[in-house]
Amino acid sequence: MARIEIRNVRKEFGAFTAVQSSSFVIEDGEFFMLLGPSGCGKTTTLRMIAGLELPTSGEIFIDGEEVGQRPASQRDIAFVFQMFALYPHLNVRKNIAYPLVSQGMKRAEVRAKVEEAARILGIADILDRPVGGLAGGDRQRVALGRAIVRDPKCFLMDEPLGALDAEFREHMAEELRALHDRMGATTIYVTHDQLEAMQMGDKIVVMNHGVVEQFGVPQEIYDWPATMFVANFIGSPPMNALPFDGALAQGGCAVDLGGARIPVPESLEAASGALALGARPEHVRLSDAAPYRGRVTATEYLGTTQIVTFDTAQGPVKVRAPSDQVVREGETTGLDFDARTLTVFNASTGRALRSVANREVLDRG
Amino acid sequence: MSGYSITEPSRGQKRLAGALVILYAVITLLPLLWIVATGFKSPSDAISYPPKLVFEPTMEGYVNLFTTRTRVTPETLAELPPPDTWYDAIVRKYDMVIAGPSRYGERFLNSVIIGFGSTFLSVFLGTIAAYAFSRFKVPLKDDLLFFILSTRMMPPIAVAIPIFLMYRELGLNDTHLGMIFLYTAVNLSLSVWLLKGFIDEIPIEYEEAALIDGYTRFQAFRKVVLPQAATGIASTAIFCLIFAWNEYAFAVLLTSGTAQTAPPFIPTIIGIGGQDWPAVAAGATLFLAPVLVFTILLRKHLLRGITFGAVRK
Repeated sequence: MARIEIRNVRKEFGAFTAVQSSSFVIEDGEFFMLLGPSGCGKTTTLRMIAGLELPTSGEIFIDGEEVGQRPASQRDIAFVFQMFALYPHLNVRKNIAYPLVSQGMKRAEVRAKVEEAARILGIADILDRPVGGLAGGDRQRVALGRAIVRDPKCFLMDEPLGALDAEFREHMAEELRALHDRMGATTIYVTHDQLEAMQMGDKIVVMNHGVVEQFGVPQEIYDWPATMFVANFIGSPPMNALPFDGALAQGGCAVDLGGARIPVPESLEAASGALALGARPEHVRLSDAAPYRGRVTATEYLGTTQIVTFDTAQGPVKVRAPSDQVVREGETTGLDFDARTLTVFNASTGRALRSVANREVLDRG
Repeated sequence: MSGYSITEPSRGQKRLAGALVILYAVITLLPLLWIVATGFKSPSDAISYPPKLVFEPTMEGYVNLFTTRTRVTPETLAELPPPDTWYDAIVRKYDMVIAGPSRYGERFLNSVIIGFGSTFLSVFLGTIAAYAFSRFKVPLKDDLLFFILSTRMMPPIAVAIPIFLMYRELGLNDTHLGMIFLYTAVNLSLSVWLLKGFIDEIPIEYEEAALIDGYTRFQAFRKVVLPQAATGIASTAIFCLIFAWNEYAFAVLLTSGTAQTAPPFIPTIIGIGGQDWPAVAAGATLFLAPVLVFTILLRKHLLRGITFGAVRK
């Protein structure tokens, strides 16, 4: 198993820069998520770790060894493709055995290893079937079998659940995570689904336009987004970003939102001009006494909670409220922000201002 | 049975379709049947008017096709020992004896060597070129592909004279190698374009999976791409073989002896001792066989090949 370090890796395709100087570290045994919208460079990053693309510049270390310019076959990693890429002319057994055969392993040993892998994945009964007729989940298991059979340093997965139906996806996600926990193998997993990333990942890298936006454990990223992009991409509904013109001094503890004073965590840097106040929907409460007012325009019932949309001077604000709270459309009420959880963004750069609350997280990622 | 269904044709439509298929089959197969039948007719039956649909089959045409014969006087014939083979007996009815084998066998073998040789070469070169065009960044790729295709837009016979002169200088006139090169050059554009289409359809992930599984690029090509391109390779091979097998104009121009193929040879049979249509028909019938067998052997691939890409897998 392996520790993987990405250092200043950059990839250009002609004039197009797919990945701009990215760095992050994947610790041994981690389930690591590369998260971002399509075209953000996450798959390119994964393919560079695999050796299917060579970085334009920068270094990739697997267990301290620089492998950036080596071909895939010399990196001892396994890759699970989104479309599975099972060899259609081979049956399940031969598909799983394929990477072992390339190593020139003895037949009896190959047989034993393939059967072991099949047993782990619960596909021992379909070993002699052609791959053509398999259902999506079984195809996925065969693809995983081909990956685990050779006991590689690291598993790379490119949206492995993307081709499955929603119902089955959840089941496979659990299975994958359980498999990882049992084998303890370093796993890098690409996805555009933030829920999947939060659910399965030990750590997440959020990418956008070829840039690493933030890197950390799911909860840190959710609570203390480093950029407005992360704040908006993670969470459903996403973090509210209330734009305002104003100033926040170093050591400042409140912002002025259209005349209402909103306390925020003590800021460690000064900023002025176009700013934005970031607040998760569950960190806003309805309170008649609060000075900041909004008019209810919509409610969305979600079972135990409801999402209430307010129209405010700063635009729409979504609030997660208990579903037994009675809210009528059209009524105006006060919004009370939970001061300890707020983030102030510099709206022109999109970056979060450092405060006593998010300092640790921002310094890490 | 009112209403319009997109999936299920009505009984009348089915009958009409069936009738049309049968009609088409009759129209295309009739000349073939005629050739096969003529091969078994006697020379007089072959040219009788009105044409004979019912006749007494004879092997004369085939005997004449494979032998050269000399006429002898009835006296000499009487002195000879009785014929020891059935074909001797047939020839003697016409006051002739077999002088030796004809050149048909050689010419047929030439066709096999040149036809299959050039097919192999076109498909081999076509596959690697198509793979390169499909997978790699080739400078001026589109221009090169168009250039390759454009060689097909010109009727090959337009360059017959330059090729004749060139071959004479190179010593390639009337050689197997020369004909193989020529047919390969003509077929290559078709083969590159067809195969590129087939290889484009093979997801690149298969090769990437093989690369990750520890194979080299070439091994991935051989073990993953080739088996999946088998369909395309088979159909391309059939098209190439049909062209090379049937080609007549260049064969007439560039071959006369050693490397002469069957197409220019078959018509010359007619000159040997009168208008020997049955022998010509017999030669043509046998000449049809290899392509027919080849196509039947590969027909499963051919059918899949023609509809390739039509259905998402």
